[in-house]
Amino acid sequence: MSDTTFQSPAHQRAAGSGTNRTVLLWLIIGIIGFTLLPWYVQEDGLWSFYWLQYGYPFEPDYAPAAFLLGQNSKIWLAPLAVFLVLPFTVLGKHKTDPVFAKVLLVSGIGGLGWLLFQGFAIGIQGWQLGILETLFGPLGDQQYGLGYGAMLLAACFLFMITIGAAARGAVNGDIFVVSSIGFVVAIVGIFIFYPIVGMLANALRDNEGVYSIFIFLEKFLDRKIWGLGCLTANVGCGVAWNSLLLGVLVGASTTALGLVYALVATRSGFKYGRLLRALTVLPIITPPFVIGLAIILLFGLSGSVTQFIANAFDITPTRWVYGLPGIMIAQVLAYTPIAFLVLIGVVEGVSPSMEEAAQTLRADRWTTFKTVTWPLMRPGLANAFLLGFIESMADFGNPLVLGGNYDVLSTEIFFSIVGAQNDQGRAAVLAIVLLTFTLGAFFAQRRWLGKKSYSANTGKGDGGAHPLLPRRLKWPVYTIAAIWTFMTVVIYLMIFYGSVVEVWGLKDNLTFRHYVDAFGLKWTENGLLWVGSAWNSFWTTLQIAAIAAPLTAMLGLVTAYLLVRQKFTGKGAFEFGTMLSFAIPGTVIGVSYILAFNVPPIELTGTGAILVLSFIFRNMPVGVRAGVASMAQLDKSLDEASLTLGANAWQTFRSIILPLLRPAILAAVVYSFVRAMTAISAVIFLVSAEYNMATAYIIGRVENNDYGLAIAYSTVLIFVMLAAVGILQLLILKSSKTRLSES
Amino acid sequence: MKKTIATLAASVAIAAFATMGASAKTHKLTYYCSAQEDWCQLMAKGFEEATGIKVNMTRKSSGETFAQIKAEAANPKGDVWWGGTGDPHLQAAEEGLTEPYESPMRKELNSWAISQSESAGNRTIGIYSGALGYGYNTELLKKNNLPEPKCWKDLLKPEYKGFIQMANPNSSGTAYTTLATIVQLFGEEKGFEFMKGLHKNINNYTKSGSAPIKAAARGENTIGIVFMHDAVKQAVSGFPIKVVAPCEGTGYEIGSMSIIKGARNLEAAKKFYDWALTADVQSRALEVKAFQVMSNKSAKSSPAAPDLASIKLIDYDFKKYGSSAERKRLLKKWDDEVKVLPQ
Repeated sequence: MSDTTFQSPAHQRAAGSGTNRTVLLWLIIGIIGFTLLPWYVQEDGLWSFYWLQYGYPFEPDYAPAAFLLGQNSKIWLAPLAVFLVLPFTVLGKHKTDPVFAKVLLVSGIGGLGWLLFQGFAIGIQGWQLGILETLFGPLGDQQYGLGYGAMLLAACFLFMITIGAAARGAVNGDIFVVSSIGFVVAIVGIFIFYPIVGMLANALRDNEGVYSIFIFLEKFLDRKIWGLGCLTANVGCGVAWNSLLLGVLVGASTTALGLVYALVATRSGFKYGRLLRALTVLPIITPPFVIGLAIILLFGLSGSVTQFIANAFDITPTRWVYGLPGIMIAQVLAYTPIAFLVLIGVVEGVSPSMEEAAQTLRADRWTTFKTVTWPLMRPGLANAFLLGFIESMADFGNPLVLGGNYDVLSTEIFFSIVGAQNDQGRAAVLAIVLLTFTLGAFFAQRRWLGKKSYSANTGKGDGGAHPLLPRRLKWPVYTIAAIWTFMTVVIYLMIFYGSVVEVWGLKDNLTFRHYVDAFGLKWTENGLLWVGSAWNSFWTTLQIAAIAAPLTAMLGLVTAYLLVRQKFTGKGAFEFGTMLSFAIPGTVIGVSYILAFNVPPIELTGTGAILVLSFIFRNMPVGVRAGVASMAQLDKSLDEASLTLGANAWQTFRSIILPLLRPAILAAVVYSFVRAMTAISAVIFLVSAEYNMATAYIIGRVENNDYGLAIAYSTVLIFVMLAAVGILQLLILKSSKTRLSES
Repeated sequence: MKKTIATLAASVAIAAFATMGASAKTHKLTYYCSAQEDWCQLMAKGFEEATGIKVNMTRKSSGETFAQIKAEAANPKGDVWWGGTGDPHLQAAEEGLTEPYESPMRKELNSWAISQSESAGNRTIGIYSGALGYGYNTELLKKNNLPEPKCWKDLLKPEYKGFIQMANPNSSGTAYTTLATIVQLFGEEKGFEFMKGLHKNINNYTKSGSAPIKAAARGENTIGIVFMHDAVKQAVSGFPIKVVAPCEGTGYEIGSMSIIKGARNLEAAKKFYDWALTADVQSRALEVKAFQVMSNKSAKSSPAAPDLASIKLIDYDFKKYGSSAERKRLLKKWDDEVKVLPQ
């Protein structure tokens, strides 16, 4: 409000007509959506223009809403036209006129509300809500999911609301800021909260569609979830306990190992700390189940190590690796680098001057470590533990290949849906249990660690080097680090080796057959033929990842901008909502997406769009964090200078903040690109014959016993992603250099 | 006069649009497939090449496809449903979700395919059939000095403890067929005694039906209870697997095909149906290493494939054991009486 009061009348007029222009623009978009584009979803896909040739605009499947109404069908769409026309009555008015804001709000809320209401009320089988059926009798008509037309109209109504709210003075009356908030809230609502809530509802429903808390309780209190048979007899425990035990063990082990490496990197005089840091990208670029496969090839019943030991010591080999031990080894290998990444910051953050002070007071190295260094590291350790716990709980690939009889929640959810039981209610219940665990850990991390101050930063310059490790810690730490490093190296060598042998363990001759099978090319007179079986899924994966990555980064940065630079009511809830998906395991996202988007009003299953959307919303928190971190380093006076010179929030964001955030943007883009290429847990529910992803294809090969091709494909993926990360490094280096030379 | 001409012109235009829409629809086929992925692809591409009709394929397990067809019953989106075990096809026929059709190809088919079709009022038809059995890794068997198993009862011997895998009947249709076969073969009480005995020897109940034999092929397991054609597939791929047809007799599945009731492209669906039953098309199953016995009498079969005529097949009661009530009852009984026992 304040800035409008101080603006000159000319400025005000300009701002007013700008608002009117924006309103007009969105109204035109809404009208196009209502009268020109097909109202319902096209079964041939988003990019198919089949409808243009056949029967448009009269054929009901392809007709725009206005043509449907003109043919006297789908009359429940008529109120939308009224809400769409309403804003024209105030188009000439100034934005400070209370009528202007009121009309826009009525039009937007009414239109969007009615659009959603009719979408949920009327589905493929007529009335969806029993009460309407009893009120009006059978409908005798039906409708599919919303299509392009509906999408544009919904956007139009949404921005009527935000412009109306801005006109009433929300967030200093800045249309860009209010619209951004409205947009982020709307899409997070649709693509995170709506599916999750829908899944909760599914857990309460039986197969006949009757809702009851008893159905939930019956499924929830199942022996297969909470049974404790393993304590008393030789039978398996419930999946919930299995997952919990695994998560705790993996969290503790990765934290311990991560700490070991962090100590080696900072306090041992070890010169290759940079190399250790470089290795932390490994788990990010490794397809999730590859380590599991390598472990089978090494430690399985017929694995190389097992056979060697069995022959050397004359022991009968066993299947010990299938189950808890195998999953745990694979996950610890995969997630230790994440713990290292967290802990190296913590270990470095412990102020050397405090340790020096302790030593000056005549404490020996061990006492210093015990009384100063260790207590300061504790919150970091808790943080690393919770991260490991969440990652382990959410992991799907390793339990899938190594699980044996040790069932965990993430795989049980999958098999409740795809197996012969086909019990969506059970999948939903299991997903709720899993979600409770991960959200619990997420809350614990934020609440309990967020409050206490362990800051060792005194505000004064902190010179000095970290003291070396005390001797009684030194050797155990070195030994553990050496053994584990050796194991990691062997595993990755094995992955490569496994891709160039014919059949591991049976025919050990070297061959490039698997690479040729997967990525073969053939020259014919018709030109290049992509004969390899992997090309299809490979290109789809690249394409989907390349579409999802910039969108993820953009959404993350806009959200970060709102969080760092703007003040508005409900900001805490807004932040929580946008970060929430970090704690939602992929299998839960997958299940909730197929439950929510398989039926109108939003029909997305089987499309490429559902994959893109699932990536955007799973990886969004990372984009937000990257944005928040680097935006916090940009002084607010830059924005203020821009605003004082008369720019609005959008101009400031575009020409001041975005250029300065280039490294953060690049990091977010590459990270989401790589994550989209290695994701499996959500993807496996969402792929279709037309849009198959690399990881889902690889899992299919593994199920087909075709380990050679699976590992060869994974190796190619590892190198592709390595290249992506390398290019990013170069770009960031270049951009920081240009910035230096500019200044 | 002018007005009527205008109306006439408009209605002609609308009619033209409408026919364009209609003619467009005979040029595509929405095809639900419940067999293995590469086989599904082969059928889709083969049909496109043979007829020029564009095929939209969706691959889902037979249970999932059944659920989808049921959900879409008010407004069917699919045209033809090919592959997958017979139970859900029969269930769909029972619930009137599929269309009766007597193909001119019927005279070329084996009698088991015809009788299955007739039992469902011609709403479905057998395209392939596979018998249940088991396979073992010959090298591991020799290494552990184990006798060669030949019958179901052999698997109960204590020396096989920890050497046998089967899928969990709750998650796998193959394992449910095993359970139903054992119950029909030995009677319910003795059948469950058998399952309890077998439970002691099982090292892992896998999730997917064919996983036990794949593990055996890689040397991670010794004996896997699976459909015999899945075991043959591993043997043909070069793994040391021997396939066993149990001496007491065994059950089988009939992979089926149905036309969905209210199919939008009924003509194309019928074309596909006839085409899929020809000997040439069925012979192509070997290209994707599908070693089931095909329903067309003159379809080629691999010498490695199990010969159904030489296997003792039980008179599998598809109607009873395919019904969801019986399925639920048996699975619950297995959960309560077998799975809870210590191993």
